[in-house]
Amino acid sequence: MLLIPCPWCGPREDDEFTFGGEADIPRPADPAALTDEQWADYLFMRDNRRGHHREQWCHTAGCRRWFIVERDTVTNEILGASIYGDSP
Amino acid sequence: MSQPFRLTQGGRIERDAPLQFTFDGRPIHAFRGDTVASALLANGVTLVGRSFKYHRPRGMVSAGAEDPNAFVQLGHGPRTLPNRLATVTAAASGLEVRHVNAWPSLDFDLMSAFGLAAPFIPAGFYYKTLMWPRRLWPLYEHFLRHAAGLGHAPNAPDPDRYDQVHAHCDVLVVGAGAAGLAAARAAEQSGARVIVADEQAEFGGGLLSTTERVDGLPAPQWADAATSELSSAPEVTALPNTTAFGLYESNLVLLAERLHTDQPDNAGSESGARVWRVLPKQIVLATGAHERPLLFANNDRPGVMLAGAISTYLNRYAVAPGSRAVLFTNNDAAYLTALDLADAGVPVAAIADVRSDPEGDLPAQARTRGIPIHAGAVVVQAHGRGRVAAAELCALDGAPLGTVECDLLGVSGGFAPALHLHAQAGAPMTWNPQIAAFAPRPSHDIHPAGAVTGQLDLASALRQGTSAGAAAAAAAGCSNGHTPAAPRAAETHTSDLEPYWLPPGDLARAKPQFVDLHEDVTLDDLRLSLREGFQSIEHVKRYTTLGMGPDQGKLANPLATGVIAQLLGRDPASVGTPRHRPAYSPVSLGAIAGRHIGPLADPVRVTPMQEWHQSAGARFENVGQWRRAWYYPHPGESMHEAVARECLAVRHRVGILDYSTLGKIEVTGPDAGEFLDRVYTNAWKRLRPGRCRYGLMLGEDGMIFDDGVTARLDAQRYLMFTSTSNAAPVLAWLEQWLQTEWTDLRVYLTSVSEHWSNIALAGPRSRDVLAAAGTDIPLAQKDFPFMTFREGHVAGVPARAFRISFSGELSYEINVPADRALHVWEALFDAGRPFGITPYGTETMHVLRAEKGFIIVGQETDGSVTPDDVGLGRLLSRRKDFLGKRSLSRPDSVRPDRKQLVGLLTDDPARVLPEGGHVVDTPGRRRPLPMRGHVTSSYFSPVLGRSIALAMVAGGRAALGERLYVATLHDDRWLPARSCHPVFYDPEGARQHV
Repeated sequence: MLLIPCPWCGPREDDEFTFGGEADIPRPADPAALTDEQWADYLFMRDNRRGHHREQWCHTAGCRRWFIVERDTVTNEILGASIYGDSP
Repeated sequence: MSQPFRLTQGGRIERDAPLQFTFDGRPIHAFRGDTVASALLANGVTLVGRSFKYHRPRGMVSAGAEDPNAFVQLGHGPRTLPNRLATVTAAASGLEVRHVNAWPSLDFDLMSAFGLAAPFIPAGFYYKTLMWPRRLWPLYEHFLRHAAGLGHAPNAPDPDRYDQVHAHCDVLVVGAGAAGLAAARAAEQSGARVIVADEQAEFGGGLLSTTERVDGLPAPQWADAATSELSSAPEVTALPNTTAFGLYESNLVLLAERLHTDQPDNAGSESGARVWRVLPKQIVLATGAHERPLLFANNDRPGVMLAGAISTYLNRYAVAPGSRAVLFTNNDAAYLTALDLADAGVPVAAIADVRSDPEGDLPAQARTRGIPIHAGAVVVQAHGRGRVAAAELCALDGAPLGTVECDLLGVSGGFAPALHLHAQAGAPMTWNPQIAAFAPRPSHDIHPAGAVTGQLDLASALRQGTSAGAAAAAAAGCSNGHTPAAPRAAETHTSDLEPYWLPPGDLARAKPQFVDLHEDVTLDDLRLSLREGFQSIEHVKRYTTLGMGPDQGKLANPLATGVIAQLLGRDPASVGTPRHRPAYSPVSLGAIAGRHIGPLADPVRVTPMQEWHQSAGARFENVGQWRRAWYYPHPGESMHEAVARECLAVRHRVGILDYSTLGKIEVTGPDAGEFLDRVYTNAWKRLRPGRCRYGLMLGEDGMIFDDGVTARLDAQRYLMFTSTSNAAPVLAWLEQWLQTEWTDLRVYLTSVSEHWSNIALAGPRSRDVLAAAGTDIPLAQKDFPFMTFREGHVAGVPARAFRISFSGELSYEINVPADRALHVWEALFDAGRPFGITPYGTETMHVLRAEKGFIIVGQETDGSVTPDDVGLGRLLSRRKDFLGKRSLSRPDSVRPDRKQLVGLLTDDPARVLPEGGHVVDTPGRRRPLPMRGHVTSSYFSPVLGRSIALAMVAGGRAALGERLYVATLHDDRWLPARSCHPVFYDPEGARQHV
C-alpha cells in the first residue's frame, strides 16, 4: 500500500488514486512536423526508470485533481508531490 | 474419566466451566480456556490428521500458530472453515471439528499406501512422471486432487457479513507476550495511542505457560494485571484473538480479529471476523520465536512434540501430552520442560543433549532431580507406528546408546525468531550465530523486542519490551518525560546452543526424516533438489514445495536453512531463507473481502424509470453497472417476437426508450469551443448555439475512443453526450488533458449524467406524441429541424429536447431533471396511447441502429479501429490538429488492407450470422485458414424481413458485393454471404428529416 500525499487532500491510501504514468512528456506543439519515429517516441516510449521517478497521479476518489508524485521505484518511498504549474 | 490426560490441578482452564464439542463425530470434553488441541490431548486423542502426500499419521507438534499438522475443518455447510489450526482454535461448546486429509477414516486411511510408495514418489515426481501420456492428465489430476487434501470448500455462498476497520495509532504492538505487554505499557505511559494485538485468546504469550515470576508475582498473574491495566487505559486498543498477518509498504498492517469465539452460535464460524487495516506511526514487533524441530528417522510420529509446547500443555492447559517422556535438545530450553514434566508427575526417561558438556542452571537442576542426561547424544530414530513407542539414542560418533521407551518425545533445536512480518516488508535481517537463526535488524520505524531478537530469557524480554515501547512512542512524537521502568524477572544463567542439523554419518541416510511436515518434504527431497542443481533456497522451495503449506513453513524453513548449508558445506547466512509473504496464517477470504462484495463491490445503477420498466414486464441486461430494459415481452412472446414487434412499432408508429444512461458532460468556459476542437476530430467553434453535431473522439494512437452528439447550449456552454459505458473514462480523459497539458484553457467540466434523465421518442408519430403530451416548444420542421435542440417544457417540466436520432426515424431525445423523469415518461406514454406508442429496450435500439449502419463503440470498434475504417473519414478536419490526428498518417493507419466496415447479407435471408464469426474468402480445412475479418453486429431485421450483419473485413470497402463465408460454431458450417454497403435501411436518411 502506498500512502500518497495529495497536495489538496493530504495523505490517502493508493486505492483512491489513478496512476497516470511518467510525467514531463509534453504533447508536441506541432505533431504534423514530426517524423513517424519522433511521433512514435512520444506516443509509446517510456523510460521505466530505476530509482527516482516523476509520475502523474489523479486523486480519482477524492478531489479529482492530477498532480505529480516523486517516487523511488526501488523502495517505493514517496519523496514529494507537486501540483501542475509549480516549478519542480 | 473422560479426560484421562488432564492434570488434577493447575493450568488456566476453568474447571467449573466444562464444555463439549465433537471430533469426527466423537464427543470431546473440555473446559473453557482450552484450545481444540489441548482438549484433544486431554481426551487422549493424539492423531489429528494424515499428512499431505504420504498420508502418514500426524499429531500436534506445537501449541501455537506454527503447527504444521493440526489443520482441521470446523463446522459444516456454508459456514464451514477449512485449514483452521486446532492449536489456536478456542474450544467452544457445540463446535464440530473434523480431520482434513484421510479416506475413508482417520484411523484407517487407505491412502497411507502412499507412505509405502514413498521411495518412488520423491519431489518433482508428478511433473516428471505424470506428463505422459498427456491425454491422461485429467485422470491423474482427478486422482491427485482427491488424494492431496486441504479440507473442503463451503458448499454455498457465505451467509455472513464481515466488517473492516480502518485505524491509526502511534504505536502498534504485535504480540502480547512478556515483551509485547512491557512495550505496550511503556508506550502508553509515554502518552502514545497504542494498539496491541495477539493471536491467542488471552494476552500473555509465554508468560501463561511458565513457572517463572515477574515483579514478584507468578508470571500468569503479572500478565493478567498488565492486561487489565492496558484494557482500562483510554488510549489503548487491546485486541486478543487477533493475528497480524501482513505488513505492507507504508507500514500498513493487516490484522484478522476473530470475534465471539466462545459463543456456540459462532462455533467454528468466522461470522464475527473482521480485518483491521492499521496505519501505525511506529511498530513494536514482539512476535516471539518458534522452536526448531530436529531431524531423525520418523521424526513425524504423533507424540513427537516441541519441548516448549509440552510445557505449554502442562502449565497452561493442565494436560500431560504423554505418560513417559524422552527429550532431545541442543540447548537449555528442553531442561525447563523436563522440570515441568517431573513436576507434573510425568517421568522423564532420558534427555539426549547434543552438547558434550551441558552446564548452566537448568541442566544442573535436572541433574539434581535425578533425570538421566546423555551428553553428546542424539535421537536417531523414533519407533512405533501410530504413535511414538520408543526413542533410539546414539552418541555423536554413531555408537548406539540403546532404545528408551516413551510415548512422548520432546525436541528442541533452538529457537528461530518469528520475523515473518518484518521480512514481508522487505526489512533487513541478519544471521545470528548464537541462536543459529536469522534475526530482524531494527529500522527507524520497526522495533523488535523479546524472543524475536534472539534473546530468549524473560528478563531480557521485559527490558527490551520496555525500551522498545518507549523508543517507539518517542519516535512517534509522544514524549511526556516519563521513563517507564522495566518489570523485573530473575536472571538465569543459560549456556549456548550447539547447532545441530544432520544426524552423524550414515544415520543421516536413515529414512524418512521430515524437514517440512506439512508438505511431506524429507531430507532426501532436499538432497535430490541440490543434486539436480536447484541449490538456491528459492529453487529448493519450488522444487520440493518446502514451506508452501498453509503453515507457511514456520517450523520447516529455519531448519531447512541449516540443513541445506551443511549439505552444501556453506555458511547458513549465505543460504538465506525463502521470501516471507503474507498471510502469516490462513485468513478467511470473507474477512479479507469485507463489505466489498456484491452490489457494494460492483454497484447496480438504475434510472428513475426502473420500477415502471419492471411493472411493464421488461427483461433487463447489464450495461456496465447499469441495469437497462432489454425488451418488453408480452405474455407468451419470445424475445425474437417482442423485439420484432418493438422494431416495427418504431418504424411505423412510435416507440419510447429510456436512454438516461448516456454519459452527459457540461463543457463550459470561454475556451470550451477550442477545447472541443482539440479533442474531437471535427470542428466545433463555429457550431451555432441551438445546434447539435456528431463527434468522434480518438486516442493519441488515432483509434476511435468514443463518439456521441454534442450540443452548443450557448456561447460558452456545450453539452456532450458520451456512450453509456464510457461516461467516466471520457470525463477522466478530458480532465487529464485540461489539468496536465492545456492548463491555460479556461474550461470547466461537470458530469451531469445523473442529473438529466433522457427519454427518446422515435418513429413517424413521435412529433404527434410530444405535442399531445403538452409542450411550449414549437415542433414544426422549420422551427425545430434535425440536429438542433430547443429548451422549454414538456408535460409541465423544464426540458431540453434534442432532434437527434439513433434509429434513423423522426426522433426527439428529451432531457428532464431526474426527479421529474418518471412523471414525464408516464405523461408521454399516456399521450402516446392513441398513436400506438410502444416501449422498447436496448435490443430493439441495437437492431434499429444496425439497420442504419450506425456504429457502437466497443462493438464495431475494439481500440484498433480508425475513423476511416468505419467509413467516417469525412469527420476528420484537415484544417486543425486534434488528438490522434498525427497517428492517422502512420504507415499502418493507411494500409489498404485494413479491416473496414461493410454490411453482410446472407444467401439464406432467414439465417442470422453469429456475432464474432470469422469471415473468410474460401471455406476449407486448411490450417491456418486466412481470415478476412469478423462479424461485429448481427440481427434479424423485421422491417427488411431478413437477416443483416455488420462486419469488419480487410479491404472490404473496395470489394463491395464480393462472396464471403462466415464460420458458425453451432453446426460447424460455413454460411455464404455477400458484402454490401453498411446502411441497410433508408440510405438517403430521409426519414429523420421529416
